[in-house]
Amino acid sequence: MLDNTEGYVTEDGRKIGGVVMEMKNITLRFGGVVAIKDISFDIREGEIRAIIGPNGAGKSSMLNVISGFYVPQEGEVWFHGSKRPPMRPYEVARQGIARTFQNIALFEGMSVLDNVMTGRLNYMKTNILQQAVWKGKAEAEEVENREAVEKIIDFLEIQHIRKTPVSRLPYGLKKRVELARALAAEPKLLLLDEPMAGMNVEEKEDMSRFILDVNDEFGTTIALIEHDMGVVMDLSDRVVVMDYGKKIGDGTPDEVRSNQDVIDAYLGVSHD
Amino acid sequence: MAQTQSGAEGLVSLPALLHRNATQFGDAPAYREKEFGIWQCWTWAETAAEVRALALGLLELGVEKGDHIAVIGRNRPAHYWSMVAAQMVGAVPVPLYQDAVAEEMAYVMEHCGAKYVVCGDQEQVDKVIEIQENLHQVNQILYTDKRGMRKYDHSQMNALDDIMAEGRAGHQRFDAELDKRIADITYDDTCVMLYTSGTTGKPKGVVLSNRNVIESAKNSAEFDHLTRNEDILSYLPMAWVGDFIFSIGQAYWCGFCVNCPESADTMMTDLREIGPTYFFAPPRVFETQLTNVMIRMEDAGKLKQRMFHYFMAHAKKVGGLLLDGKPVGFGDRMKYALGNLLVYGPLKDTLGYGRFRVGYTAGEAIGPEIFDFYRSLGINLKQLYGQTEATVFITVQPDGEVRADTVGVPAPDVELKIDENGEIHYRSPGVFVEYFKNPDSTASTKDAEGWVATGDAGFIEEDTGHLRIIDRAKDVGKMADGSMFAPKYVENKLKFYPDILEVVVFGNNRDYCVAFINIDLTAVGNWAERNNVAYASYQELAGHPRVLETIRNHVEAVNKSVAADEMLSGCQVHRFVVLHKELDADDGEMTRTRKVRRGFVETKFQDIIDALYDGSQTISTTTEVTYEDGRKGSISATLQIVDAPVVPVGQHKVAAE
Repeated sequence: MLDNTEGYVTEDGRKIGGVVMEMKNITLRFGGVVAIKDISFDIREGEIRAIIGPNGAGKSSMLNVISGFYVPQEGEVWFHGSKRPPMRPYEVARQGIARTFQNIALFEGMSVLDNVMTGRLNYMKTNILQQAVWKGKAEAEEVENREAVEKIIDFLEIQHIRKTPVSRLPYGLKKRVELARALAAEPKLLLLDEPMAGMNVEEKEDMSRFILDVNDEFGTTIALIEHDMGVVMDLSDRVVVMDYGKKIGDGTPDEVRSNQDVIDAYLGVSHD
Repeated sequence: MAQTQSGAEGLVSLPALLHRNATQFGDAPAYREKEFGIWQCWTWAETAAEVRALALGLLELGVEKGDHIAVIGRNRPAHYWSMVAAQMVGAVPVPLYQDAVAEEMAYVMEHCGAKYVVCGDQEQVDKVIEIQENLHQVNQILYTDKRGMRKYDHSQMNALDDIMAEGRAGHQRFDAELDKRIADITYDDTCVMLYTSGTTGKPKGVVLSNRNVIESAKNSAEFDHLTRNEDILSYLPMAWVGDFIFSIGQAYWCGFCVNCPESADTMMTDLREIGPTYFFAPPRVFETQLTNVMIRMEDAGKLKQRMFHYFMAHAKKVGGLLLDGKPVGFGDRMKYALGNLLVYGPLKDTLGYGRFRVGYTAGEAIGPEIFDFYRSLGINLKQLYGQTEATVFITVQPDGEVRADTVGVPAPDVELKIDENGEIHYRSPGVFVEYFKNPDSTASTKDAEGWVATGDAGFIEEDTGHLRIIDRAKDVGKMADGSMFAPKYVENKLKFYPDILEVVVFGNNRDYCVAFINIDLTAVGNWAERNNVAYASYQELAGHPRVLETIRNHVEAVNKSVAADEMLSGCQVHRFVVLHKELDADDGEMTRTRKVRRGFVETKFQDIIDALYDGSQTISTTTEVTYEDGRKGSISATLQIVDAPVVPVGQHKVAAE
């Protein structure tokens, strides 16, 4: 196991820092169903961490625990060196964790720009009265936030749909807009729930590129869930493998690939 | 105007013009670029400072006089500045097509021997690095966009910003040297080197001198009374001579503002926001816009539709006449004014032509209907005929003498002659210096007296003095029975149908003509949607029986009109296929300026041509395609061969139906 304070250097030469988030013996139950069973792992600063596993393995539940949407019955979530008390998702967001959703959750009737602006909510301090008057403080605040948003729009190359209502966009672009909104919050930790689900090869390649670029350019720590094994193995620095709520593997893509339990879980094993 | 003329005499280079602009009207806008959702602006004074910083940076990198500096990227102020900065230090800028794949670029890079390359972004840098593996000639790569570049080995690489900062910091060491180099530039020094796209063979490097560029810019600006108050949108490839003349030559001569779009995808929005007063576009842009207008009109309410058609009919009647200053009755004028208020004005505004004062289309023939549509709205769209070797201008249409079927009268200072074979020759101050490292081609194109052969066949109309182009001289051939074969003539007629994007007609030395046709996905896709025709891919739509039927009707109509022309009646299309893929520059089927490489297409699709001539009804074929990143794949299809009705003419035999 890696030391808590020291990081490591990836194959492509990126320096990975200390532990940002640590999950300690997490167990999550829904009534009698055990979704997650005694799982521990950590996420280090600057790394791309993947959670993989077959359908129903508990991946999304895990992500929901990280984002504060579910509170586990047992276990502790440690964030930046301190134990995190149970909190509401918006409180988690304020701590610097942003996410995207498996089935896109954008405001369909609003433009791309407005959608991405909502990601800046935590940076808006003016109250409703000031907003109504607008001139002065609210205006200055909007200009400042718009600038941040425009940088992200430029970064994700969605300038041409800036003013387009989200409902008119194809699926691949909606996913990109969701990523933009999450980035607008300037997260320290970015959670991506199946960012490439339902995409064609070209869209997947684009999205992979953007994920790598985000990690490289902003130094954002990324935790992602993904089904496409090829993508996961190419993108991530370390991988957690789950099956039936249990952790069956944890390590670099190469280590995971050669792990017998993982192979069994994915390819099936004969019970004789 | 008076200002730009009086000051300019004796200015022998673009850096000199830049200096004049910065001192005479330093506060006027020189460049705008939309970035981060806002139009960022640089005045002439700021531009001069930026270019100087860049030039100092280049000196610090060790750029020598006569070095070639390749510039690969989309239209951005920084890239235009790089070219002028290169000229300042006595180097030769060589803009390259940014969408070229690495192997295409490798040839040009090796040919010009560029030691320095300015790249737009990571994509271009990657290509240059790939080329560098075999070439080992590039000293330094400079890049504009820093994104994704952090992990690269920077021993031979720099961000353009950093070079400029270093230039500013080191100005005391290099100021004297830079001033000396600027002062050393003569009128006959090389201004720029542009590679022709080449419909045949390898690209050739056309060397243009300061004289070529400045004289051409001056003459053409005077011809159209361009002032420093113009706004242009620069979106055409920087490697193309037209962009160099409009966005640098004329912009520096007149001192007008160059606006760069945010990205290729936002061009139409940016066009609307800027509303250029002077505009240049190939016919394809106008065709696409018209198609979009028509498609969107079909979605409009009944009242709007009726208003549109009613007033467009009126515009068709008097709009062109009004624009040409011809007499029009009072009632018609009033009706036109009303139409302008209700339809033309808002439409022009939507298209981005609200401030349009003068504009050109060139490169290919434009459909008369399309041309007239824009003219009837009061948009002063004109045609010109030119080539890289002439620094663009050979003939232009003067105001008031604009017609769809001619390309105008000789531009100022251009002499024109037609030789016994019908080939057009010209001589002008814009005639290029030479083809780089290619004296044989130079000699065969330009004679001792400075006359240049265009390779196009045409004639001058006796009563008006206007030039009419028939075809590429080498494309004009003979049919087996000896009648004339002019493919372009037929192709253009077919291409004027909105649902046909591209056509290639074959028939040289054959009994009859056949054609390859590409459908226009936007127009045909829209039609399919309205008629409940389901399709999953371009290939499927292209092979749909109802699409084939429509295209067959178009071919039939064109055959009728071709038959009416005695000389060319042999060129009727007897059989055709709708191709399963769009002809594409990445596959080498077209040039980067989107002209069909006839010979290449003929060889590549030989099996389909054979099938067109041997009477078979279908042909199964597999075609190699190149993706944008250079990878290759293949698509296979079974194509339906369609017989088209033809009009029997004189001694020609009737179609084998």
